[in-house]
Amino acid sequence: MSTESPEVNEVIEQTPHAGDGAPPTDQLAPTLMSATDAANTTRTKIEIENLNFWYGRKQALTDISLAIQERRVTAFIGPSGCGKSTLLRCLNRMNDLIPGARLEGTVRVDGHDIYNASDAVVVRRHIGMVFQKPNPFPKSIYQNIVWGAKINGFSGQPDELVERCLRQAALWDEVKDRLGDNAYNLSGGQQQRLCIARALAVEPEILLMDEPASALDPIATTKLEETILDLRERYTVVIVTHNMHQARRVSDETAFFYIGQLIEKTPTEQLFTRPREQRTEDYIMGRFG
Amino acid sequence: MADLSKDIGGSVSAMRRRVGDALAVLFLAATMTGLVVLMVLLVDIVVQAWGWLSPGFLANYPSRFPEQAGIKSAIFGSLWMISLTGLIAIPVGVGAAIYLEEYARTGWLLRVIQVNIANLAGVPSVLYGILGLALFVRFLLLGRSLIAGALTMALLILPVVIISAQEAIRAVPSGVREGALALGATRWEVVRDHLLPMSATGILTGVILALSRAIGETAPLLMIGALSFVAFIPEGIMDSFTVLPIQIFNWASRPQPEFKHLAAAGIVVLMVVLLIMNAAAITLRNRLDKRRQQV
Repeated sequence: MSTESPEVNEVIEQTPHAGDGAPPTDQLAPTLMSATDAANTTRTKIEIENLNFWYGRKQALTDISLAIQERRVTAFIGPSGCGKSTLLRCLNRMNDLIPGARLEGTVRVDGHDIYNASDAVVVRRHIGMVFQKPNPFPKSIYQNIVWGAKINGFSGQPDELVERCLRQAALWDEVKDRLGDNAYNLSGGQQQRLCIARALAVEPEILLMDEPASALDPIATTKLEETILDLRERYTVVIVTHNMHQARRVSDETAFFYIGQLIEKTPTEQLFTRPREQRTEDYIMGRFG
Repeated sequence: MADLSKDIGGSVSAMRRRVGDALAVLFLAATMTGLVVLMVLLVDIVVQAWGWLSPGFLANYPSRFPEQAGIKSAIFGSLWMISLTGLIAIPVGVGAAIYLEEYARTGWLLRVIQVNIANLAGVPSVLYGILGLALFVRFLLLGRSLIAGALTMALLILPVVIISAQEAIRAVPSGVREGALALGATRWEVVRDHLLPMSATGILTGVILALSRAIGETAPLLMIGALSFVAFIPEGIMDSFTVLPIQIFNWASRPQPEFKHLAAAGIVVLMVVLLIMNAAAITLRNRLDKRRQQV
C-alpha cells in the first residue's frame, strides 16, 4: 500500500509470526504468564489522552484519558449508552465513517498519533476489529481469511495463512475439511471465530472486540472466551462487554464507563472486589444497569 | 372474555363472512382486468399478424409493397440501439450509484441530487428527445445517428439505472462494509470485492427493466430523427437508423389495410426480442447468483 509510512513497515517486520506457519501452541508457550505478574512487567500499547467525542451536537465521550497495556485483555464495561463502544471505535478510526462525528484529543499507539500521523486505512490494518454481530463475507471460509491479507500485500502461502489463523481462532478442527464452504453456513459462534481469524490474517497487534459474544449462545460464548484468553499471549485485546461476568473471566484490566466518562480503570480482580468509586460498586452490585 | 367452548361449534356471523367473500371476488376481478385485457390484445395482435410473419418478413428491408416489406433494418437498428444504450448507461449509472452510496457526504447537496434523480425518472420521454436533438444532434453535430439516439436513450434510462443500483448497493449489509474496512481496505477495495459482487444481481434487474423500457420507446427517437424507411443495416455508430417501434408506428399510420397486418407482425417481433432479452438477462442473473453462493 502506497499510504504506509516507514514506521508502519517496520512494525510489520517485527510482528513475531510474520510468514511462519507453525502451529500457534509452540509460539505461545514462552510468553505464558499470569495476569498479576504481567501487570508489572508490561508496557503501554495504547494511550488515550483527553479524548472528547461528539455525534453531531451530542457529546458521547468526555475527557477520557486511559492507558491500555500491551498483551493484556482490557475490558470496557458500563451501562448501555455509556460510550464504551464509541471509545472502542475511536481506537481504529471506525468513527471516521460516521457523518457528523467529531473527535478531540489524542490516541497514540506505540507513541504514534493515529489521528494526525496516519491514514485511517493504515491504522485499521494494524488494529483489527471483531463486531457485535458476526459479519463474515458471503464467500468461502478460505476466502474470508485470505482477502484481507491479499489487499494488504500478502504474498506468502495462503494455505498456511488460513490454517494458522483458523488455529489461533480455535476454529481449525471444526472447518478444516470444508474450507470451500460458504461462511454463511457456519453457526453464529463459528462465524464469530472466523471473524477473529479473518482479523488475525492481516497480522494486527491490537484486536478490538465490540461485544463479540452478545449474539452467541452460552456454549459458543465459552469457546469464544477461551479463544480470547489464548489471544492475550500475543495480541493486545480490548473488549467491550455488557456482561460483567465475562469481563471478569477474560480480562486483566477493566475500565468502567458511565455517561461518557471513565469512572475508573484498575486490574480486573480489584475492580470487582474493591472498587474505588461508589458508582462502580453500585454498577457491579447490580444496583443499576 | 369470549367463551371458546360456547363459540367453537358455531360460525362467524353470515354478514361478516359475506363482506369477506365479496371483497375476495372484487380483488380477483381487479387482478383479472389487467390480465384479460392483455390477453385479448395479444390474441388480437397475433391473429392480425398471422400469415404475415414469415422468414421473408424478418429478412427483407421495408418496402412500399406490403408483400415484400420486412423488418430487418429495424431489428438490427434496435439491437444496435439497445447495445449502445447499455454500454453507455450501465457504467455511468452504476458509477453514479457507487458515488452516491459510498463516497458522497450526506447533507443537503446529496439530498437535492437524490430528489432530482428521482424526478428525472418521471420526466416524459419526449422531453429527452428534445434535449437529445438540441445537444447531441445539433450542438455536438452527431447528426441523426445511432450514437445520438443511444446517448439520448441512455440519458432517459439513467435515473432508473442509478436508483435501482443504489438500492442494490444499499441492500448489502453494513456489517460487510465495516468488516472489510476494519481489515484496512480502502473504499474502492470494498466496492470492488464485496459491494459490486453482492449487488450485481440487483443491479442487473434494474438494468433489464430500464433497457426493456428503452427498446419500446418511440418518442425520443422520433425527435432525434430516426428514419422510418431504412433499406440498409447500420455498420457504425454514425449511421442513420430505424428501430422496431418506429417501423411499427410508420406501418400503423398508413391507410392501406395490409400495413396494419405488418404493424401487428412487427409488434410480435418486438415482443419476442424483448422476451429473449429478458430471458437472457434472467439466466445470466441466476447463474451469477449461483456462482456467488458457491464461492
